[in-house]
Amino acid sequence: MTALVLIEIENGKVRQASRSAIAAASRFGEVDALLLGDAGAEAASTLAGVRKVLHVPALTHALAEPTAALLATLAPSYSHILAASSSSGKNILPRLAGLLDVQPISDVVKIEDESTFIRPIYAGNALATVQSSDSVKILTIRSSSFDPVAETGGNASLEVLDAPADDGKSRFVKLEQSQSDRPELEVARVVISGGKGLKDASNFHNLLEPIADKLGAAIGASRAAVDSGFAPNEMQVGQTGKVVAPELYIATGLSGAIQHLAGMKDSRVIVAINIDPEAPIFKVADYGMVGDLFEILPALTKAL
Amino acid sequence: MKVLVPVKRVVDYNIKPRVAADGRGVETQGVKMSMNPFDEIALEEALRLREKGHASEVIAVTIGPQVAQDVLRTAMAMGADRAILISTDVDCEPRVVANLLKAVVEKEQPGLISMGKQAIDDDMNATGQMLAAKLGWPQGTFASQIDIADGHATVTREVDGGTETLALTLPAVITADLRLNEPRYASLPNIMKARKKPLETLEAASLGVDLTPHLTVVKVAEPPQRTAGIIVETVDELVQKLKTEAKVI
Repeated sequence: MTALVLIEIENGKVRQASRSAIAAASRFGEVDALLLGDAGAEAASTLAGVRKVLHVPALTHALAEPTAALLATLAPSYSHILAASSSSGKNILPRLAGLLDVQPISDVVKIEDESTFIRPIYAGNALATVQSSDSVKILTIRSSSFDPVAETGGNASLEVLDAPADDGKSRFVKLEQSQSDRPELEVARVVISGGKGLKDASNFHNLLEPIADKLGAAIGASRAAVDSGFAPNEMQVGQTGKVVAPELYIATGLSGAIQHLAGMKDSRVIVAINIDPEAPIFKVADYGMVGDLFEILPALTKAL
Repeated sequence: MKVLVPVKRVVDYNIKPRVAADGRGVETQGVKMSMNPFDEIALEEALRLREKGHASEVIAVTIGPQVAQDVLRTAMAMGADRAILISTDVDCEPRVVANLLKAVVEKEQPGLISMGKQAIDDDMNATGQMLAAKLGWPQGTFASQIDIADGHATVTREVDGGTETLALTLPAVITADLRLNEPRYASLPNIMKARKKPLETLEAASLGVDLTPHLTVVKVAEPPQRTAGIIVETVDELVQKLKTEAKVI
């Protein structure tokens, strides 16, 4: 059996989430990687555990339509096709599955065997073990559940592929990236997140950033904080945002709705700071502190 | 153009689901069911497109047993013009749903399909993409803004690290993200009116689609529970615990 992994490049490097997907794929046998766009060929070829990199320089924007069409032509050579459960993976792989009339399996957290997988359902309130009868298995991988392969040590061969014919029905217009010097949320060792309790955007920045700076942490947000404009959307942690599992997760001024817990309850140590002793976040927190975060957070900054 | 809005009846998002005693699924007997929140947003967007003159008719469709009519009545109370129930007692995976919806699309010929990005029960996030593939239509997933002009949809999408804008030739499939809009409530008069709107029932078995799943649920289990933590009184105590006990800072 051979697996194919659709990988993503960011700032010239292979994203950690893609390296986790390669680690998952190695459970099925040899692993090839599909790389889109004109950057990252060298980084991809040194990935540990990759046999061959299929490189499509002409597909620069990873649009779902041509990418799924290309993957469909490659599918007969593979037993498993994987990607990270990133916005790109979730956009493209189900489309491929639609072309092949295969039932894709989203957000896999554990591989039991070549056709049996475990995935969370109902916002992580249950774990379903599912078995696929499809001849090619199409999986997206929850990156926090698989240790990524190393960036170096591999020596994959490189094969350049042409882009598939473009049907012209979808066109890339623009990408607006938010700039951040902090570690990527999904891979940060420490995450500090804020909710509605921070009251406005300036408090959100002024109270959380000094702690994040001291701990080298990424900053996350609850949906309420994002909807109130305290933080941009890509900082949202939860069922509909990012799923994180850092060493330390500090939740401040957020109640801990089930949709938020779905995104962080696999963190190793959870700290909750909230004024309401009944807030559900205290039920999952290893260390809780009941009190006013406008006093506690500056004191915490000082104590660190 | 017509806009087709697939909606799903799911366990209400405020309910904490309990794994059924037989380990085959989640308890749904006697549990409050509602329209999937992302589908409400997709429906709201379709209604706004009709109000702006881009759509002539909004059709809600669902797949499930007779009782699933209630989400279609809700959709019509919000403003959908009519509804279609694809009747089946079989649990349909996204692949089968996409095949059934394709049959409805071929019959109704909509110019746009507006649907939720994922259902909050199976959390698959797949049906829209699969349906677009099967129809050969372009897709605009995780949409936070949609503008229609000259046979095109300009879709702003929420992606990792920012937003992306695509131009799609209609017909297309667009899946709604949370920030697309704030869905309206159904008023009491509109709930009454919705009872008189047309609701057509199609038997799933009559649409020529094999309902046999490719993915079988072997087991559903509770996730591992976290052990109860402690409440600390001071910031110094917290920092101390994190340093010496948890060893995370």
